[in-house]
Amino acid sequence: MVHTLAPVNTPVDAFEDVARLIEPDGTRRADRHLDTWIADQDAAALRALHRDMVLVRRVDAEGIALQRQGQLGLWPPCRGQEATQVGSARALQQAGFAFTTYRELGVFLVRGAKPADAVLTWRGEVHSSVDPARLGVAVPQIIIGAHSLHAVGYAMGIQRDGDDAASIAYIGDGAMSQGDVNEAMVFAASTGAPVVFLCTNNQWAISEPVSLQTRIPLARRAPGFGIPSIRVDGNDVLAVLAATRWALDHARSGRGPAFIEAVTYRMGPHTTSDDPTRYRDPAELAYWEQRDPIARLEAHLRALGEFDDATASAVSAEADALCAEVREACLGARTAPPETILEHVYEEPHPAIDEQQRRMRAYLGSFTDAEGVRA
Amino acid sequence: MTRLTMGKALNAALDRALADDERTLLMGEDIGRLGGVFRITDGLQASYGADRVVDSPLAEAGIVGTAVGLAYRGYRPVVEIQFDGFVYPAFDQIVCQVAKLHYRTSGRVKMPITIRMPWAGGVGAAEHHSESPEAYFAHTAGLRVVAPSTPQDAYTMLRQAIASDDPVVFFEPKRLYHVAGEVDLDRPLADAPPLGVARVVRQGSDATVVAYGSMVPVALDAAAAAETDGVSLEVVDLRSISPFDLTTVASSVRRTGRLVVVHEAAGEAGVGAEIVARVVETCFDELRTAPVRVTGWDIPYPPARLEGHHVPDLDRILDGVDHALGRPSSFTAVTA
Repeated sequence: MVHTLAPVNTPVDAFEDVARLIEPDGTRRADRHLDTWIADQDAAALRALHRDMVLVRRVDAEGIALQRQGQLGLWPPCRGQEATQVGSARALQQAGFAFTTYRELGVFLVRGAKPADAVLTWRGEVHSSVDPARLGVAVPQIIIGAHSLHAVGYAMGIQRDGDDAASIAYIGDGAMSQGDVNEAMVFAASTGAPVVFLCTNNQWAISEPVSLQTRIPLARRAPGFGIPSIRVDGNDVLAVLAATRWALDHARSGRGPAFIEAVTYRMGPHTTSDDPTRYRDPAELAYWEQRDPIARLEAHLRALGEFDDATASAVSAEADALCAEVREACLGARTAPPETILEHVYEEPHPAIDEQQRRMRAYLGSFTDAEGVRA
Repeated sequence: MTRLTMGKALNAALDRALADDERTLLMGEDIGRLGGVFRITDGLQASYGADRVVDSPLAEAGIVGTAVGLAYRGYRPVVEIQFDGFVYPAFDQIVCQVAKLHYRTSGRVKMPITIRMPWAGGVGAAEHHSESPEAYFAHTAGLRVVAPSTPQDAYTMLRQAIASDDPVVFFEPKRLYHVAGEVDLDRPLADAPPLGVARVVRQGSDATVVAYGSMVPVALDAAAAAETDGVSLEVVDLRSISPFDLTTVASSVRRTGRLVVVHEAAGEAGVGAEIVARVVETCFDELRTAPVRVTGWDIPYPPARLEGHHVPDLDRILDGVDHALGRPSSFTAVTA
């Protein structure tokens, strides 16, 4: 027989067969397993999740606007993924440490990041302005999948400290092809480290569909490593919250790592530099619009009689205020003095860096203004 | 003073580091019950337990990447890469993560990780077991790169590397593992020369030979041979490859007026190129002749039976010295 190149566009069961608690139309559905983890989620709690998601979406939109206005160099939109980010981050509470990608805006906001944190990195002012120890979040990772190993190592530290805690690694569908992620699952399973892998399957790695990364649902990979997994509707914040609570409990109770595939969709471009119209069918967007995480929860709450226009206005006003802060932090940012680029390369003194600092100061000091005065 | 091989001195340093700081732990392949393929971690798992002397799965990126996570958690990991040629799968974790996290976080996160590996050739090993990848790491900001040449330095420098709050790539010249020397195990670290300082190991007046790691004893042998020929060589043991101690090297070159740099790694874009460039930049007027590099050829590491023609030996160093002294040499043979 003649071998041919295998077609890469075989769809991988994109959305069916996922655990879910709230249907796209807002209808509540029972799930024997997931329901046990969200019994405390009353209407007020659901409204809080809704609020979080709205804030994330609005800050995300603000980021895009600031980039289009030339205030940010780049922005990686997260629209569509709010439920995955908020639901999982709310599950984490204080006893967890998150290792994220660059797209987890929602995780950072839920963990208490300042508005400035969201924009200073993408403005190019600092690589990262967050304090990992304060927020319980590592600095965002740009190298795909590299931080999954950091999450496992952190969890190995938790084991040694005997703490009731866990780490969580946010990875994407593209990262599932990386060696680091596969090594991370080997190390996690081998050591029994309390780590949760949360794979945000947003269907696209820039222009590459998830079918290029896998021929089976990603959640099915984990059991091959000896890691239990769940495939959950990533646009259902309640289901993500429940699944993450299950996974964290599994990890924290000494039973080793757990894996969540949150099936969602990247509604926007990979970044503001990307043009998804070159590779995506508009029908796909329309399909996922119908499964929007915020509209879904709002429909659910309205059906319960627990959400009205006044609630929506209040949340919107809060989002306006937060976005104003984001904007102010961005426009008010002051670029650090040039010599600071030579700081923090090393923790301890380093003769070559010291010499280059002196040289840079001398060079900068050699300029004069129009009156011949040294700068 | 105790007489120890370099291998035993390294073992003693790891033992001491584990005893001194409970946040220090070792990770690597076969380092537990086996004690490492070169037995550098021999007996340590029995003493400190499998939680602190950790046999890892066979994945170098995994070893270094999990060390990053442990460092985030406040640990001080010392990882072993089983052989020099096995470090490349961990390259991203070392150069993008270990090296840059301190900078990326404006100093909020420290990476006090020591990455040890048996290094370089001369032991008749299979392919990928004799490599000299130090230039890759010396080129990477955020890392310190060191290589001891004596049991005493192996003991002291490894303890200093582990104590450092910066990441250190620690190259162990495997052909010197079994060479013994006197080691003072009790001298306080504070009294030892700092990690980044070079040492003049033989004084001389006609030329300065700079070497590090396994090439230092060869350079010393070459200096002894040259003396019988009436040539006085000063030998500088660099000890730290990055940063390298320009002060000590330049001060020696100012005395001798000639520089010969020796390393096993290929010459092109190698550590020797950097040393020569810095010396020329700072001591141009004191140099009497152009600096000379004696290095491995610009080739992949050759088969073991031919490695003697690749790794600089006494005669290759003297050939370089001849060139520095303006005598006929292999260098003049091709440029004439």
